[in-house]
Amino acid sequence: MDYLLTEEQKMIKDLAHKIAEEKIRPVAAKYDISEEYPWEVLKVMAESDMFGLFIPEEYGGFATSVFNLCLATEEFSRACGGIAVCYAASALGTFPIVLFGTDEQKKKYLPALASGKKVAAFAITEPEAGSDASGIKTVAKKVGDHYILNGLKHFITNGGDAETYVVVAMTDKSKGARGASAFIVEKGAPGFTFGKKEDKFGIRASSTRELIFTDCKIPAENLLAKEGMGFIVTMRTFDMSRPGVAAQALGIAQGALELAVKYVRERVQFGKPISSFQGIQWMLADMATEVEAARGLVYSTARMVDAGVKDVAKESAMAKMYASDVAMKVTVDALQLFGGYGYMKDYPIEKYVRDAKITQIYEGTNQVQRGIIALKLIKEMAK
Amino acid sequence: MNIIVCIKQVPETAEVRINPETNTLMREGVKSIINPFDMYAIEEAVRLKERFGGKVSIITMGPPQADSALREAISIGADEGYLVCDRAFAGSDTWATSYTLAGAIKKLGPFDLIICGKQASDGDTAQVGPGISTHLNIPQVTYVKKVEEATDKSMRLERMLEEGYEIIQTPLPALLTVVKEINEPRIPSLKGLMRAKNAKITVLTQKELDLDPQQIGLCGSPTQVVKIFTPAPREGGQMLSGEIPEIAQKLVDLIKSEVN
Repeated sequence: MDYLLTEEQKMIKDLAHKIAEEKIRPVAAKYDISEEYPWEVLKVMAESDMFGLFIPEEYGGFATSVFNLCLATEEFSRACGGIAVCYAASALGTFPIVLFGTDEQKKKYLPALASGKKVAAFAITEPEAGSDASGIKTVAKKVGDHYILNGLKHFITNGGDAETYVVVAMTDKSKGARGASAFIVEKGAPGFTFGKKEDKFGIRASSTRELIFTDCKIPAENLLAKEGMGFIVTMRTFDMSRPGVAAQALGIAQGALELAVKYVRERVQFGKPISSFQGIQWMLADMATEVEAARGLVYSTARMVDAGVKDVAKESAMAKMYASDVAMKVTVDALQLFGGYGYMKDYPIEKYVRDAKITQIYEGTNQVQRGIIALKLIKEMAK
Repeated sequence: MNIIVCIKQVPETAEVRINPETNTLMREGVKSIINPFDMYAIEEAVRLKERFGGKVSIITMGPPQADSALREAISIGADEGYLVCDRAFAGSDTWATSYTLAGAIKKLGPFDLIICGKQASDGDTAQVGPGISTHLNIPQVTYVKKVEEATDKSMRLERMLEEGYEIIQTPLPALLTVVKEINEPRIPSLKGLMRAKNAKITVLTQKELDLDPQQIGLCGSPTQVVKIFTPAPREGGQMLSGEIPEIAQKLVDLIKSEVN
């Protein structure tokens, strides 16, 4: 398939591919076991300017391009979905500042994120506020020229390892969703600590941790946009970041497909490679076609975002939902093709199944995505 | 520190096929890469530049497509690329190649250091580096695995031997050939790739270099390739058993019978 990439896009894809093959694949199993944060790999990504792909040029990046971010995330995910999400989650934490930050905020935070010296994280989820973000209990109260934050965020990707956090907290509970606001909180802020680190099924190279705010004092100028805009910040951020999650799912599916094709050509049963059996061939054909269909959706959506199309909520949801469902199906089928060996941890394929699963869950479960898509369809017809 | 790195573009595959009729490498359909050992040379040069300042110039002798090897070197931190390219240089053996490269280096002006990979993965001769230093009449230190100390006047180097290593102090300018133990080559940066894409590669032909026509190309190459072949796999050895004096006696008898 020709994706009609520009020369610069090909350069980014090739470079990310090189990083994935030389620096990620060899250590993927190690980090899956140890659950350590893969700083050595992130350092290589940083030195190769990969963190600049989602940050404007005037703040040390290469221009904010969701498409370029997707190309890099897809390639990294082919080798390890866990290491790739450490990278993509930094983009998620950076987007609110790119989208809503003042010039001072951008100047203060973006250069260090663009160079990869610091990693970012986005924190909205709480124990009682998953899909229903209006259930947020963390509060921010303005006291003089400061805000005081109290509450708990959990399941925060890059939690503990990131230096720059965008945290959504309620500034006016009586207003419900319109009473939420977004804040930039730096690691080390007084009253900001980290709690439980999760032991996960997949993407184990990435850290997922609780953030605890106990009378956490941050300067008032760390408010993003205005009070009450927390959910708008969140929705706009997710519109931009969902293609990235879709690209992660796509990369995981592509990586599993490649391993499966390689394996069935080598595995001999009944005197010939199992790739010669029609039952196997038809599985491969379906897997490859679904991966290409997902790629078409992801790339088109990312290009829409970059072109500045205003409302991309439906397409973003479709890309994330479809690519992650494909990733789940393709990785399970890939494991099936490996037979009994596929079930063993000595082979790399079972990790792809574990890494794929989260893409159906985070940044909005696929049920939430379907809700977004359906609502848009119905609204469009009602116009 | 002005550093020159000599590199070679080689076919990617380790299993290079040979045309049995012409005794030359069959390059069709095989991707070209920078000789892996030369990557360590480039990396070491860039590291020295980062420590001491100066610049890194890359030279390669080859066909026009070797341009891409020079750009790759620039993408990981080299400053400029020179392509020594002329039909007059075609068919050069290691003698003519090192003579030609030495000529090109003289043309570039003063330098402090030349670094080469220990050998090329296609020809495996390990002769061009030492050949260049001979033509330029500067010291050479081969198989360098570590730069222990460096100033702009001299270097203290660890040189790999079959068992262990030796430490050598050399004045500069000098030529080093490096082994893979010396460093881990970096991945290019996006900025580096963009710089490389737009970099100007200087082509040096026989016209610019004005070398002795008798010493370049096929006619300047004393090497005659009589035959290239894949050697037959080694046959299994013979195991001697018994007590040590007994084995020793058997061995002596065997050697004697072989000699006779």
